[in-house]
Amino acid sequence: MNKRKVYPQWFLVIPLVLYVVFFLAPSLLGIIYSFTDWNVRSIKGINFIGINNYIEIFTSNKDYTLGIFNTLRFALVSNVIKLVPALFLAILLNENLKGKNIYRTIFYLPAIFPFLIIGLIFTSILNFKTGLLNTTLGFLHLDFLQQKWLTDLGVVWNSIFGVDAWRGIGYCMTIFLAGLNTIPKSYYEAASIDGANPVHKFFYITLPMLSSSIMINLVFGIAYGLKVFDIVYVLTNGGPGHATEVVTTYAYQLYANGKYGMSSALNTVLFVVTAVIGVLVVKVMSKQEVQQ
Amino acid sequence: MRRKKQRRSISPRTVIKQIVCVVLSIIVLAPLYMVVINSFKSKAESARMSLSLPTEWFFSNYSIVFEQGKLLQGFFNSILYAGVSTSIAVLTCAMAAFVLSRKSNKVNKGIYFFILSGLFVPVNYVTLVKLLTTFGVANTRMGLIIAFTSSMIPFCVFVIRNFISTIPAEFDEAALIDGAGPLTLFFQIIVPLLKPVLITVFILEFMGVWSDFMTPLYLAGSSSMYPMNLAVYNFFGKMTSNWNYVFADIVLTSLPVILLYLVGQKYIVGGLTSGGVKE
Repeated sequence: MNKRKVYPQWFLVIPLVLYVVFFLAPSLLGIIYSFTDWNVRSIKGINFIGINNYIEIFTSNKDYTLGIFNTLRFALVSNVIKLVPALFLAILLNENLKGKNIYRTIFYLPAIFPFLIIGLIFTSILNFKTGLLNTTLGFLHLDFLQQKWLTDLGVVWNSIFGVDAWRGIGYCMTIFLAGLNTIPKSYYEAASIDGANPVHKFFYITLPMLSSSIMINLVFGIAYGLKVFDIVYVLTNGGPGHATEVVTTYAYQLYANGKYGMSSALNTVLFVVTAVIGVLVVKVMSKQEVQQ
Repeated sequence: MRRKKQRRSISPRTVIKQIVCVVLSIIVLAPLYMVVINSFKSKAESARMSLSLPTEWFFSNYSIVFEQGKLLQGFFNSILYAGVSTSIAVLTCAMAAFVLSRKSNKVNKGIYFFILSGLFVPVNYVTLVKLLTTFGVANTRMGLIIAFTSSMIPFCVFVIRNFISTIPAEFDEAALIDGAGPLTLFFQIIVPLLKPVLITVFILEFMGVWSDFMTPLYLAGSSSMYPMNLAVYNFFGKMTSNWNYVFADIVLTSLPVILLYLVGQKYIVGGLTSGGVKE
């Protein structure tokens, strides 16, 4: 069979061109522009200013470094918060439980709503005076748990993590359920005969067999976490003060204020971080590919 | 009567599991219920955001929102962006994934991982706007569609290629013996076999564009180009004290994706299976 004729290389052209020109090129161009003073007023020309933008990011008093730190922390913490409960829920709903299919549908439901919509809904629910959360806590005589969910510095990040988990746990759970489905029941039966208890079974059968689902959840979760924007923008818009600012919210502000060079520099910082993580993950995946 | 019968056969563990599931279901559903029920209330009543039924049902909230929120325009914009960009991406990525999977030589493996690394790359909208300006499509619907299409290519190629590797190449040979060219082979033999994964990717990416907030925030120059959720956000900015309208707006905006979810549920879950867990 003549592979060159049957599988023509021109089949690749459209996606490859679009991907390179309108997806990758902006990021690479961004690196170049991050070394310039490009802004809304630079009609006459754009000047190279070396690493001045980066110096400003890492030394100015505008808390850009806090934004970078917040982004990294969000990528890490939000995934732990989602994946651990999602795994246990998946195991729970993989057993013979009455109504498990209804529960699966319900738990996945939040994942289909746009972040913007969820943000708006929770802006209302987390309202200090009239929000559903505080009124419910009051109704249950748990007044001491009531908080200024979106304005108290000590609480606001927990609120964001909570809303993110509300949306994301069902999605992660569904991926785990798919993985659990592929584990043969006979493994557990054999382990039982050998006298394994549930904890043994979890650590020696379930977890190792789920490695690819865990991987997928982590890949998509971290990629999402590093790029998080919508939910923060709508819930707090970076506030109170700059407490919940992330890289993308800063980048948007700088863009809106016409500081394109600075905005590109911040985007480039994010690009480098994600690229490093992405290369690591793709390396692991290509290794798996070879093994198969 | 029925409860009593069941109780005998139910272990305490099952009861605890059921309680956990019911409580979690309430946590998921209560906010959604609150939105729906408050969308029928008066301004004053909805401001309290309680879960009780409205004392008087204001169905007119919906017609007001429909007129003032520019929802119809947003709806057609969203359909246009999501429909066109997802169709182009799914079709062309399927062709690419087919060649990448079947002719997996060194070059194509390299291209595959090159595209795959895009799963992580954050879009730099600042330079994207500049690039679109250079091509003369900045602030146009065309520009938005190009941006959406380009950004979904890594995911589409990744998932579809995984699926194609499970289709035996004997199908290709049989078609070739019958004298089919590559296009005939692809569209008449391969596409029908790919149907489930193509539908899955289509639904997931369609919903992705529908939900995307950042891309139109950067790229949609005028409000006539706003997709539905940007129109909602705009409306919310004007109506912060009218939660009844905001909630009605939220319901109308969510309806299309909820319908899509209910219709395509098995494809979504199936897609997460085939894309997520490679056997």
